[in-house]
Amino acid sequence: METLAMHISNGIIDGPVAAVFAALALAALTGCVLRGRRDLDDRLAPMAGLVAAFIFAVQMLNFPIFTAGVSGHLLGGALAAMLVGPWVGALCVAVVLVVQALIFGDGGVAMLGLNITNMALLGTAAAYLLIAVLLRVLPRTRAGLAVTAFVSAMVSVVVASQGFVLQYWLGGTTDLGGNLAGLAGTMAGVHLLIGIGEGLITATTVLTVAKVRPDLVYALRGLRSTSAPAVPVVGGVR
Amino acid sequence: MKNRSWGFLVGGLLVALLLAGVVSNYASSHPDGLDSSLLKGCTVDADDTIVGGSCPAQQAREHELGDSPLADYGVQGVGNDFLSTGLSGVLGVLITFAIGAGGFWLLRRRGGTSTPGDTATPVEGATPAEGDAATTSRAGTAG
Repeated sequence: METLAMHISNGIIDGPVAAVFAALALAALTGCVLRGRRDLDDRLAPMAGLVAAFIFAVQMLNFPIFTAGVSGHLLGGALAAMLVGPWVGALCVAVVLVVQALIFGDGGVAMLGLNITNMALLGTAAAYLLIAVLLRVLPRTRAGLAVTAFVSAMVSVVVASQGFVLQYWLGGTTDLGGNLAGLAGTMAGVHLLIGIGEGLITATTVLTVAKVRPDLVYALRGLRSTSAPAVPVVGGVR
Repeated sequence: MKNRSWGFLVGGLLVALLLAGVVSNYASSHPDGLDSSLLKGCTVDADDTIVGGSCPAQQAREHELGDSPLADYGVQGVGNDFLSTGLSGVLGVLITFAIGAGGFWLLRRRGGTSTPGDTATPVEGATPAEGDAATTSRAGTAG
């Protein structure tokens, strides 16, 4: 068994369910392409490529969580949604997952639809719904932006983990003897801890980009600048 | 694209290359959240191979492309682990960027350059660039 696998491996979910999710993912990604084209201009296109490359890099950095013997790594849906929007963001994560499955032997090729559904689609969608709400509710300061990034990232990881539980319920290859709740609980607990790491990485990255190039943060478009009044404060803190 | 965008792009890529090329060697080698949850109930040996028990991962099969040159985040034929992981990370970042940026470039909206982003981004004026601030204050003193 490969020890470096980060995503769903072959044989975990049965073939028919994996095929259904592959079709589902393909349809949803097509929708993302159609809708995402509206956002993709000469400037966003290379940035979206950078976001995908950055997510690939950070996914390699498994960090320890408080539970002994377990690590976590970035999924990236919330980060992508913050920086390039939900449609292009989902495509960024999908590009990473495809590269990992086809070139790095990580995540079964037959399981690609399941992995894309959980991390690229569910994770990004959950993150963006929260981002849209939080950015309107929270004060438009760098702290508000940080909380938005952190919370949306953390929740998106837990949502993605439950997407897997749903898939396992539909087509898991090992009979858990009706103990699906146990798997759901384990996955949620571990991914809540991983979500803290995801939240910290996402908030740090988004704040850095917002400081250097606030115009490159998709989530800030259409809102009055959060950074203008807060910049002196941040300069003082750092 | 403006020069500043190129700078940001190159800077971002360098950070990604550094993370994937060097820092990746210091990543935790423990199974991740998914793997560990799926192994719950099974006993595994030092190589994380299942040796007994019953768990969701027990039917796991080999990867279709497990023999590919970059499988498992290493470069086949490179003996040094540090080099192998780092090199695979660097290649992964470059491949992902090439496919991502290339694909998005082909998909992008063409023609209508009057995107809200290029000309009148509301936040652009608020860029806390040191240069801008300096210019403004100097202009202020001069006036």
